[in-house]
Amino acid sequence: MKTGNISKLLIANRGEIAVRVIRAARDLGIATVQVYSDADKDSRAVQMADETINIGPPQAAKSYLDIEAILKAARDTGADAIHPGYGFLSENAGFADAVADAGLIFVGPSGDTIRLMGDKAAARAEAKKANVPTVPGSDGVIGDMQEAAKLADEIGYPVMIKAAAGGGGRGIRIADSAEEFLSLAPQASSEAKAAFGDGGIYIEKVIERARHIEVQVLGDGEDVVHFHERECSLQRRRQKVWEEAPSSALNENVRDKLCASAVALAKSVNYKGAGTIEYLYDDETGDFYFIEMNTRIQVEHPVTEMICGFDLVAEMIAIAGGAKLRVSQDDVAAKGHAIEVRLNAEDPANNFMPFPGVVGELLAPDGPGVRFDHMLYPGYAVPPFYDSLLGKLIVWAEDRDKALLRLKRALGELQVDGLATTKPLFEALLESEDLRAGKVHTRWLEPWLENNLNRIKQKEGSNS
Amino acid sequence: MAKHEVKSPIPGTFYRKPAPDQPPFKEVGDTVAKGDTVAIVEVMKSFHEIKSDGDGNITAFPIDDAEPVMAGQTIVELD
Repeated sequence: MKTGNISKLLIANRGEIAVRVIRAARDLGIATVQVYSDADKDSRAVQMADETINIGPPQAAKSYLDIEAILKAARDTGADAIHPGYGFLSENAGFADAVADAGLIFVGPSGDTIRLMGDKAAARAEAKKANVPTVPGSDGVIGDMQEAAKLADEIGYPVMIKAAAGGGGRGIRIADSAEEFLSLAPQASSEAKAAFGDGGIYIEKVIERARHIEVQVLGDGEDVVHFHERECSLQRRRQKVWEEAPSSALNENVRDKLCASAVALAKSVNYKGAGTIEYLYDDETGDFYFIEMNTRIQVEHPVTEMICGFDLVAEMIAIAGGAKLRVSQDDVAAKGHAIEVRLNAEDPANNFMPFPGVVGELLAPDGPGVRFDHMLYPGYAVPPFYDSLLGKLIVWAEDRDKALLRLKRALGELQVDGLATTKPLFEALLESEDLRAGKVHTRWLEPWLENNLNRIKQKEGSNS
Repeated sequence: MAKHEVKSPIPGTFYRKPAPDQPPFKEVGDTVAKGDTVAIVEVMKSFHEIKSDGDGNITAFPIDDAEPVMAGQTIVELD
């Protein structure tokens, strides 16, 4: 069976998302080719795929990030499409272009769209054009410090001073007053000059107790449908660890506005494929602000699938194959509540030290409302070369309280011997009153971790 | 035969430099003291400095920069 123009799909990724894509392809009747590095020859995705092909040594730069090796694998196996998963080359515009130039289908938006939305300033301008609110701040790089201080006054302190060429939190200063701003801004500029060779700085309002809320969209190049929002406020070092759908913080009015703004932005760039528009949400004012768009499937997409009942990965493959959207907005109704927790090979009682190793006994949770997307099997040696995500435990129930109970039940059923995992973290988190009440924000988890180390250790002890 | 071998306590990718555009921590012939950083090992996207657990002169780096390393494998030989 052919889905549009795709009959054989190559998966340019690894781990749990490769398993996920193989399943979606198989459900569509599409054959699969799994690429693998020397470190992944025994992976679950390799065991599952119809065909497999080695693309190089363990280091990602020489395998999963090697565009030529992946294109050669596609040619050698006769694949007609490439799914990039998340991470690796999924948001690499040059890769999307190279796939298209090779006469193959890239399961995702065009290189031009990836380029546009990947540029923070361009994406922000695009959002403004589509009337999507952005975090109040300077229009691009600031010049005169006195002028900038005046603008900071208007925005309201505290403000963030960010390096235009920075990233990953580097070069960020927070000023609480005009005086502080005038002393910190030149400092930030010279630091940026030294670190990045570019002293350009810009300012943004600090949203004190922001939630991270994002909207899932699918577009076919003309129409765009949203699949409601997810909340991912529980983060450690800017990495999400726990995601929910829907957000318990939004009322219907805000939810409608938020989802409509995501559709407007995706439409304005003729978006094709699966994408996520990320926002900060200010609990106190009810305002939301665009941060960025991810032009790929995200790790946490299953919570949306659980409340909406659609296979987003299958839909993105169908769209790439040339199909029009098979879902209309009226078909998408959110039902119940879903929670996902990320099972990482890390020791939460030891500063989240990575813990590659060999899986011993494995008991997977099951039963009503439980889904476990993972790449584990007994005897599997988790390689140290890639990220620590082993899998995602997702639960669904009629409402959030029931979903929390179900998560506790499912975690109780889960047993992964041989590795340290983040399971004890989630068991400890389930005892948090704030979390149970949904009173969280993006800077809630880190101090909680500091104050609850003993609780995590105790959970870890009762698991071993 | 080296008098002392510094082993990596963790598996991952072995780096001799603090960053790609910087010189190596140490070269063959350099003197190291206990506690000196001799390498970085990247495991699951997190970077860990490896410190020497002995004193001496470096005679060899058995693993090349940016190559895989196993836990317990020798990364520096001292004399």
